[in-house]
Amino acid sequence: MKVLVAVKRVIDYNVKVRVKPDNTGVDLANVKMAMNPFCEIAVEEAVRLKEKGVASEIVVVSIGPKAAQEQIRTALALGADRGIHVETDEEVQSLEAAKLLKAVVEKEEPKLVILGKQSIDSDNNQTGQMLAALTGMGQGTFASEVVVEGDKVNVTREVDGGLMTVSLNLPAVVTTDLRLNEPRYASLPNIMKAKKKPLDNMSPADLGVDVAPRLSTLKVEAPAARQAGVKVADVAELVDKLKNEAKVI
Amino acid sequence: MSILVIAEHDNSSLKQATLNVVAAAKAIGGDIDVLVAGENCGAVAEAAAKAEGVNKVLVADNAAYGHFLGENLGELVAEVGKGYSHVLAAAGTTGKDFMPRVAALLDVAQVSDIMRVESDDTFVRPIYAGNAIATVKSSDSIKVITVRPTAFDPVAAEGGSASVEQLDVVKDAGLSSFVKEELAQSDRPDLASAGIVISGGRGMQNGENFKMLENVADLLGAAVGASRAAVDAGFVPNDMQVGQTGKIVAPQLYIAVGISGAIQHLAGMSDSKVIVAINKDEEAPIFQVADYGLVADLFEAVPQLEEELKKVL
Repeated sequence: MKVLVAVKRVIDYNVKVRVKPDNTGVDLANVKMAMNPFCEIAVEEAVRLKEKGVASEIVVVSIGPKAAQEQIRTALALGADRGIHVETDEEVQSLEAAKLLKAVVEKEEPKLVILGKQSIDSDNNQTGQMLAALTGMGQGTFASEVVVEGDKVNVTREVDGGLMTVSLNLPAVVTTDLRLNEPRYASLPNIMKAKKKPLDNMSPADLGVDVAPRLSTLKVEAPAARQAGVKVADVAELVDKLKNEAKVI
Repeated sequence: MSILVIAEHDNSSLKQATLNVVAAAKAIGGDIDVLVAGENCGAVAEAAAKAEGVNKVLVADNAAYGHFLGENLGELVAEVGKGYSHVLAAAGTTGKDFMPRVAALLDVAQVSDIMRVESDDTFVRPIYAGNAIATVKSSDSIKVITVRPTAFDPVAAEGGSASVEQLDVVKDAGLSSFVKEELAQSDRPDLASAGIVISGGRGMQNGENFKMLENVADLLGAAVGASRAAVDAGFVPNDMQVGQTGKIVAPQLYIAVGISGAIQHLAGMSDSKVIVAINKDEEAPIFQVADYGLVADLFEAVPQLEEELKKVL
């Protein structure tokens, strides 16, 4: 079974985000970039499926600038077999990303597509579901467990009230939540080997997709800062303040 | 303009989040219809018809929608939504699941998790885990939008008298089926809409110690939440997680116990009216957002809090 994993290059999880003074966006100059954490979980899940003998080949795809090759190489070092880079310097929004991935799905015909549930930059939580709709596949979103059985996959999903399990016909789309697995680190020998793994490069035009954005960002601002309040000496003072000053109990 | 709001419910009762989404629809302006899709959900339709500002309630009552599978809801809402200028749903796990399918089927972009309405095509939403706030404008003919419920004051649940219309549109995509559900059982209020929330973090050390928080919660009529660290450590289940990737809460009072205040957690609770932090590390970032900070060992402070509350409540 072939598994396709989509990964995104984003600002590193640990970097403090700063809004540009002219309010046009977030300052990404000279900022450390990395694979989106939910995408790391997607790669790990695919690698585990291969280790269990369920997946036979893992293809990793990323859409983005030339530098996104770094994230594809990271995925290859973690165990993916080959990469596809859809190279563009344009901002690609969720619907257009889903259309590009649909074109890749049509070429590769994977049985399972695994994506992160959202990227930590735009926080949209859309691409996997849109891809599933465009390709006519079922979707197991916010997955905390993925079990392939014959021509079906059972996905346990993290939902507001707890957990919900659905059964999907294959091929299907799965999007990962935090507790699906704990991603491994790439070993140095695997990082060296990854450099020799095949990586195809193509453009959105090669895939016949117009990536012009539908949403325009008018401005980006820093959130309203909350002022630190006071320290109280003990629990009695705390309860007194809550009752008589804040009047919330 | 005409706006379609997709009701959030469990087939027996209408969730309050729907009233928050209707409020967002009112801010956009125009006729507001509510779609109730479910199975044996007549009571929900009746409740939706009483909500303030609702023009018409459309009901799609069929087994295909009973478990709110995204594949089936996506097709239904795309079909019904074609006739509207805006389609809105709450940004809970159900809305997040099916709404992008609706957008893709209509070939339009989706605007996720809006916090404010600037005009009928311009909306404010958080990005980078709430570390930046973007104002975005949609050029699509149909605006597909998920709404952060806590950012809008709910419309009144009573007083409206909308007409109720049955739809006989059955969309079963045949791609997915429901297997099982493990839902948390609790007599406490729903975390996302509770007036008071008390949350525990890694400092709680284990799941059993959350009992201390539950005792305080029961005195206050509060919901109990947790930080990602506490959920990842296996102390408590995922549905208790407050934060950017968990639940977004904005209660009157938020009490953070043994929570350091990672930015992802702050993104989920910093709109609370009053924040209390109890932590033994006085350098913990949670104190930078807390109205009242208590530097103390939680294992002494929380039982004391319970005793003090018993005196005054």
